[in-house]
Amino acid sequence: MSAFDSARGATPRGVAKLLALNWALILLLAAVAATGFLMLYSVAGGALQPWARPQMIRFGIGIAAMIGIAMIHIRFWRAIAPLAYLGTFALLILVEIMGEIGMGAQRWIDLGFFQLQPSELMKIALVMALAAYYDRLDPARVSRPLWVILPLLLILAPTALVLKQPDLGTALLLLMGGGAVMFLAGVSLWYFAAALAGGAGLVTTVLKSQGTDWQLLEDYQFRRIFTFLDPSADPLGAGYHITQAKIAMGSGGLAGRGYMQGTQSRLNFLPEKHTDFIFTTLAEEFGYLGTMTLLALYTLIIIFCIVSAISNRDRFGALLTAGIAVTFFLFFSVNMGMVMGLMPVVGVPLPLVSYGGSAMLVLLAAFGLVQSAHVHRPKARD
Amino acid sequence: MRRPADAPPPRITRRGLMLLGLQFGVIGTLGWRMRDLQILQNEKYRLLAEENRINIRLLPPARGTILDRDGRLLAGNRQNYRIVMVREQAGDPAAVLARLATIIDLPQEARDRVLREMMARSAFVPVVVAEHLSWDDVVRVAANSPVLPGVEPEVGLSRFYPDGPSTAHVVGYVGPVSERDLEKLEDPDPVLQIPRFQIGKTGVEQRLEPLLRGHAGNQRIEVSAAGRVMRELGRTEGQSGRDVNLTIDAELQIYAMQRMERQSAAAVVIDVRNGDIMALASAPGFDPSSFVFGIRSGEWNALLNDEYRPLSNKTVAGTYPPGSTFKMCVALAALETGAAGPGDTVFCGGSTTLGRRRFHCWKHGGHGTVDMRRSLSQSCDVYYYEMARRVGPDAISAMAHKLGLGIAHDLPMPAVAEGNMPDAEWKKIHRSEKWTTGDSFNYGIGQGFTLASPLQLAVYTARIAGGRSIQPRLLRAVGGAPVEIPAAEPLAIAPRHLEIVRGGMFAVSNEGTAYRSRFVDPENLMAGKTGTSQVRNITAAERAAGVTRNEQLPWNRRDHALFVAFAPFDNPRYAIAQIVEHGGGGSAAAAPIARDILGFALYGGPAPLSAYPPEQRGAIEEERAARPPQSEPDASAAAPARDRA
Repeated sequence: MSAFDSARGATPRGVAKLLALNWALILLLAAVAATGFLMLYSVAGGALQPWARPQMIRFGIGIAAMIGIAMIHIRFWRAIAPLAYLGTFALLILVEIMGEIGMGAQRWIDLGFFQLQPSELMKIALVMALAAYYDRLDPARVSRPLWVILPLLLILAPTALVLKQPDLGTALLLLMGGGAVMFLAGVSLWYFAAALAGGAGLVTTVLKSQGTDWQLLEDYQFRRIFTFLDPSADPLGAGYHITQAKIAMGSGGLAGRGYMQGTQSRLNFLPEKHTDFIFTTLAEEFGYLGTMTLLALYTLIIIFCIVSAISNRDRFGALLTAGIAVTFFLFFSVNMGMVMGLMPVVGVPLPLVSYGGSAMLVLLAAFGLVQSAHVHRPKARD
Repeated sequence: MRRPADAPPPRITRRGLMLLGLQFGVIGTLGWRMRDLQILQNEKYRLLAEENRINIRLLPPARGTILDRDGRLLAGNRQNYRIVMVREQAGDPAAVLARLATIIDLPQEARDRVLREMMARSAFVPVVVAEHLSWDDVVRVAANSPVLPGVEPEVGLSRFYPDGPSTAHVVGYVGPVSERDLEKLEDPDPVLQIPRFQIGKTGVEQRLEPLLRGHAGNQRIEVSAAGRVMRELGRTEGQSGRDVNLTIDAELQIYAMQRMERQSAAAVVIDVRNGDIMALASAPGFDPSSFVFGIRSGEWNALLNDEYRPLSNKTVAGTYPPGSTFKMCVALAALETGAAGPGDTVFCGGSTTLGRRRFHCWKHGGHGTVDMRRSLSQSCDVYYYEMARRVGPDAISAMAHKLGLGIAHDLPMPAVAEGNMPDAEWKKIHRSEKWTTGDSFNYGIGQGFTLASPLQLAVYTARIAGGRSIQPRLLRAVGGAPVEIPAAEPLAIAPRHLEIVRGGMFAVSNEGTAYRSRFVDPENLMAGKTGTSQVRNITAAERAAGVTRNEQLPWNRRDHALFVAFAPFDNPRYAIAQIVEHGGGGSAAAAPIARDILGFALYGGPAPLSAYPPEQRGAIEEERAARPPQSEPDASAAAPARDRA
């Protein structure tokens, strides 16, 4: 804790702490969220209900929570990281059991004001736990097999649970987000090479399992994969969504068809247009300029986070910030890749834009952690 | 395990930048892909989006009306109230239909059909539940609308025929387009694809279809993914069908149909001067509306199995041996070829022999010495055996064609018969036999291979009466503009020869076989010719059993009765051809009917009693008193429109 102790005097206090927040990042987040409000207003046919207004309220709560979290010292978050991980893991098991005993395939716990999805929470808890782990681990041991197995277990245990739900998108995000933290922590590249080769083998095995007794994915997940590989094979069935999404985006052109003028979304040719496919409406109504603007905002957020992480001398704060940035990156790139037909449809929302409480609140809480790491970063000694 | 507290924590700069680079790579890929979709392939996807959203819907044109020569409606459109149902609004369609059945007549089978149709289509597509409803039904349904979700009354146009059976054969009827109709048409109008679109199936409705149908308008509509109509983007109004005036005089037509009631008969009245067909009546008629509303199989079978053949248009499609009405043609052929002069006589002893065969005259005792005038007035068969022998089949056939027989006249009617006026060549082709003198004998009296339709006989009579080769026509005006026809050429027959034949016909009506069916009004004296055509030979067995009288035979083996006439004699105006199937003798069965119909045409209403011979007036007066006055067509059936809505 030496780095921290020495920097304590420089850490801002009180109102100064608020000013020390990374306001540019908050501004970027607000810009992205505002894009979401615009789009939700549009897909509701020019109405605040049923999506835009609840989303705004949640964003307000989320920003407040973010600032609240940012005000708490990063030490605290590091201290509770293992606890957060274990608690979230317990919740994951709880929803799994609830599903088993007949409350339906429910993935959330109803907290009254919103429905908490433990799998959403896990995306952050996992990054926290891994950051804390590598913060405590002697860097010399990072690549030793024994010390690689533990973080691998931390990643694979929740991934397996989520996959069983089944939620392919979240499983993918957990796997890749966790892997990114390991990569940042300096785990030998050979492990990643081996993982890639193993992954390729696994994909082959999974595809081969179709139709056998030990089938590893649900039928609908197989269908989505095959539809992704050849959407035109089933233009009115599962490929319909992809085809219509492409038509919507492609018809947008450079400047789009105009706000609330998107025929594909207004006439219901698009699926899930307020959640996972909201990007297609944006693309249709604001065109290439619109999609590139959103992509630029996202990229700026990533850059801000990574720069903040690189410049942070606190290892926990740096790993946490970079890990969250990667998770955020995975969110939007998987979502966009999915609607553009570059990836199978796995069900990942567009972060801060898609309608949905859990994802929005969890993401803003995560940015709270990023802010906390930023505000409480140790100052340079020299 | 813990890192040493004194060592500075390792930085993540290198790995962080590597990861950032990787992310830039992915983001670049996404941006490149978006450029490909939105910029490079924009045209293609824009087009696909337009195809997605825009549908073209056809607007059926209003069908042109069919009017008689004076503008009286023969076929029109009237508002048709129907009830449609939308599945998605109905909740439980079966229950709603059951409730509806307590309000209007809706049998179980109709409900099943509606349910099937609704399930086969999208949930928002309106399905017709019942058509041709009365205004009262519509009001009841509207009043009960709270318990009938998804049920709505609609107004469409449907065809109606005010004079029903009287004009059915001429006007025809419409019906929904069938697969067979579509196959027959070479360039099917897209409007035919409209469900339940109606096209002419027979009669003028069928033959003047291109005029009557009009052109479909279209409506560009925006539809949602589910096919629901969101809004109208544009509309091109169609063009209604053209109204047409026929040459038919509806009142005359109706009178002719009434006059032929309970007979299997046909009458054609034609204007001698220009060929206008004033009446084209084929009895019995049928109700064309039953076809528009969808005919029930029982009714259909009854029509098909009726031995009076109500569905057949006997005026143009029925062909009969013309019998003695053909004798004017043979007489003209004889005069024109010089085979006989008007004064040349033939002795009739009741029969003549040819080889071992004996050919009888209808009058057993014979007519004695017969010249041309008497041969017509008394209808002597032996005279015409001789004339036919002298003239030969080719000259008779040529004369027949000149007079409008053996030709399929160009009328907007289906199945206009060609008849048959054979020559020697015809027999060689069709029977592979040589023409015999016996064939000529039969030709001479309009029997044998000879066939003519009432329409042809009317044209034939009109040409003899007027001396011009008039063409029959049925279409008088289109869209109010008269159809111009060239003036008819004079016939290539010496006028004095026609004069002689007309004189013979005058004698038929005023001293001969049709004497009882004459007018005595000097303004409207008739000239005609009776005919009786055999449909069988009296067999030797029958002759032995003493069956020689027509009345003793079953109906369908009795002779056809024919009569042709024109009037007024000195200034011919109308010609008529009358046939009564299996009616017996032409003078008894056909001539009286023909006289009444011709009289109606001449006087513009039933001929006055003063026109009839004095000795018949009493009987005619009694009969007229017994007959109910001609009723006006039931106009109240047409539902009143908006003022009550």
